[in-house]
Amino acid sequence: MSGRMFTRSLCQLQKLCTSSGVKRGVVGALRPGFHDRCYASIPQPAAASVSSLNQAELAKFAAIADSWWDAEGPFKPLHVMNPTRLAFIRSTLCRHFGKDPFSVRPFEGLKFVDVGCGGGILSEPLARMGASVTGVDAVDKNIKIARLHADLDPVTSSIEYRCTTAENLVEEQKKFDAVLALEVIEHVADPAEFCKSLSALTVSNGATVISTINRSMRAYATAIIAAEYILHWLPKGTHQWSSFLTPEELVLTLQRASISVEEMAGFAYNPMTGQWSLTDDIGVNFIAFGIKNSE
Amino acid sequence: MSRLIATRRIASNIFAPRLATRSFCNDAPVTLNNAPSGIHIDKEHEDEERFSNDVPQHDIAIVGGGMVGMALACSLASMPLTKHLSIAIIDSNPALLNGPSIKKDDPPDPRVSTVTPATISLFKDIGAWEYVEQHRHAYFDRMQVWDYTGFGYTRYNARDADKDVLGCVVENKVLHKSLLSSLQDKDIKKTIYSTRLSSMSLPTRSSVSETGASASKSLANLAKLELSDGTNLYAKLVVGSDGSKSRVRELAGIKTTGWNYSQSAVICTVEHPAENFCAWQRFLPAGPIALLPIGDNYSNIVWTMSPKDASNHKIMNEADFVKAVNHALDSGYGPRPDSRVFGGDVFSSFFRPNVTSSVNEGFEPPPKVVKLASDKMAFPLSLMHANQYASKRVVLIGDAAHTVHPLAGQGVNMGYGDVSSLSDVIADGVAVGSDIGEVTLLKKYETDRKTANIAMMAVLDGFQKAYSVDFGPLNILRAAAFNGANVFAPLKRNIISYASGERRLPFMS
Repeated sequence: MSGRMFTRSLCQLQKLCTSSGVKRGVVGALRPGFHDRCYASIPQPAAASVSSLNQAELAKFAAIADSWWDAEGPFKPLHVMNPTRLAFIRSTLCRHFGKDPFSVRPFEGLKFVDVGCGGGILSEPLARMGASVTGVDAVDKNIKIARLHADLDPVTSSIEYRCTTAENLVEEQKKFDAVLALEVIEHVADPAEFCKSLSALTVSNGATVISTINRSMRAYATAIIAAEYILHWLPKGTHQWSSFLTPEELVLTLQRASISVEEMAGFAYNPMTGQWSLTDDIGVNFIAFGIKNSE
Repeated sequence: MSRLIATRRIASNIFAPRLATRSFCNDAPVTLNNAPSGIHIDKEHEDEERFSNDVPQHDIAIVGGGMVGMALACSLASMPLTKHLSIAIIDSNPALLNGPSIKKDDPPDPRVSTVTPATISLFKDIGAWEYVEQHRHAYFDRMQVWDYTGFGYTRYNARDADKDVLGCVVENKVLHKSLLSSLQDKDIKKTIYSTRLSSMSLPTRSSVSETGASASKSLANLAKLELSDGTNLYAKLVVGSDGSKSRVRELAGIKTTGWNYSQSAVICTVEHPAENFCAWQRFLPAGPIALLPIGDNYSNIVWTMSPKDASNHKIMNEADFVKAVNHALDSGYGPRPDSRVFGGDVFSSFFRPNVTSSVNEGFEPPPKVVKLASDKMAFPLSLMHANQYASKRVVLIGDAAHTVHPLAGQGVNMGYGDVSSLSDVIADGVAVGSDIGEVTLLKKYETDRKTANIAMMAVLDGFQKAYSVDFGPLNILRAAAFNGANVFAPLKRNIISYASGERRLPFMS
């Protein structure tokens, strides 16, 4: 069940609090109040370039980046789940954009934005699949970690990472062929406003992909009770059950933001094989693909 | 385990600041180079940079270009999502460069494989089977297994499992040559390094954070191979297909579990007066003797015996050896099982609908051996299994991951099973944009194959143990099992589909 509860940005925050010794501050930051600020229109300073950092900072970020990307480390469940999310994205977006599913780089020539990119665990595979990826995250440290790791592979070093918010990108009038926000919407203060921002970033007939946790009793039992209080995988207070969206609510919210949801799938974890797979059961974790209506 | 992880983490934390200091010096402005240490480090860095630009980089380095390694190269080259990968094959075997010449009239080489229908379909998929068919090969559709005590026998027939053939016996050199020819047909980026692997360095957390500049940083994240001719190369993924004494496995620090049987196998090619179309296996007190058809009037012998007997048989003259083989296959040790001690007729009358078509086939004596047609080889039997098949940037396939004794000829089929699974896993990884050396990805291959391989090894090991004990009651049980297997169609079908590589777990349908 483990990986089900991890969300990308939270994993990183959790990691930050264990490795950088600012435990109290970061645990505080995990509460929804923090996210209120993240996705509000408070401008964030642009990420400082790596070379201007002092030595201790760089060493610290390098150490964090290594364990965030350590596939056998604390984020193993997330790494295991990632291919399943990508399989959904690949199949829906290849169909939508009319790309060859047997191509190695089907997204060549398309501009994607990964909102809430965290350490870049989604941005990097998208870049390998040919997309020109912009990764944005409101947490400056995540951006630095993502930058360091992406530079390890010439293919992913082309990713543009920015410490900013979806709202700021809207103000800059950026447009993307596909906008992806995975495991983010449950942490934002105003999902409706957030969806409007995502919609504003999407070109006409472009794609939007959102994944989140359902507001179901099963999600309450697994994502909150089990993960936070019994297994201590996540700090207590990571998720507020009441801020989860049901699939119906997400569809309606997106509809009002002129995105029509075309396809939805759930994620199922098999404890016997330790693998995730896509299912029709959207009772806990689910992912939705929608198309921006042409204006 | 957890302590080990903790130590590693502490170590990387200790090293990281120091190493970062070094990389900072590299990026320091030119004025700083007035300091002697600055000059030194900067120079070293430049050298490193120039050096790394000359070092070839590949997506996959296959260490060991034997049958299994070549099959992987072919398989990757024939799938749409993996054919773009640049592949290095490291093997000092000159045949990889020149291509071995196989003369049709030569008697068959004693090193043969019994390939199962699953392996045949892999070979067809990768375009190598058409080359196999141009050379000597022998399909067989019948198999007879019996016991020296004369109590039991069983006959398997391909039609019991609704198949045309049970398998095909092919010389290893033919399989290897066919894979080479098929690889030559493919349009892929491949480089053959005709040398050996001498050392390998894998990326660690500290080695990745240590390097400063981006060019060498991306290299520090790859596996670096040093070859014995002095060449170096980098790869995203190193595949160890270098056999039971795998150097890759040793360098990756992967431990193995296993044991030696106090047994050896003698293998050779023999000649019959007429062509043989059936696979024969007789269990003797010291181990089984198998007679496999290999085309024309030839058969291959795999004979398991004590190491002392094996060395005696190896030096024996031809006339004595042929006599000993015929003795072991038919005339010696005990009677032919021509009478059914467990009342096959009674069973058949009760279970008429289930009774197999071959139940009415009587015991058939194996064909006489008239001539020895090759050198005799002897090698000790052992069972070995790697504790892991995959770690970061390293994966083991074939005998490097698991070695079994040649009973039932499953060893190489397990290797080809690894090839299918690994190439599918790599293709899936490419599809979702994974780094192909990522351990999460490679563990999928491990999970997939470990279960299948361990089940097969347990069955073969169990077989070996059951037949290495000469004890009255056990002999009767064995015979009962044989007769049971001969009578009941569903069980027999399971045994066949398992032995032919189409079923994962035996006897559980």
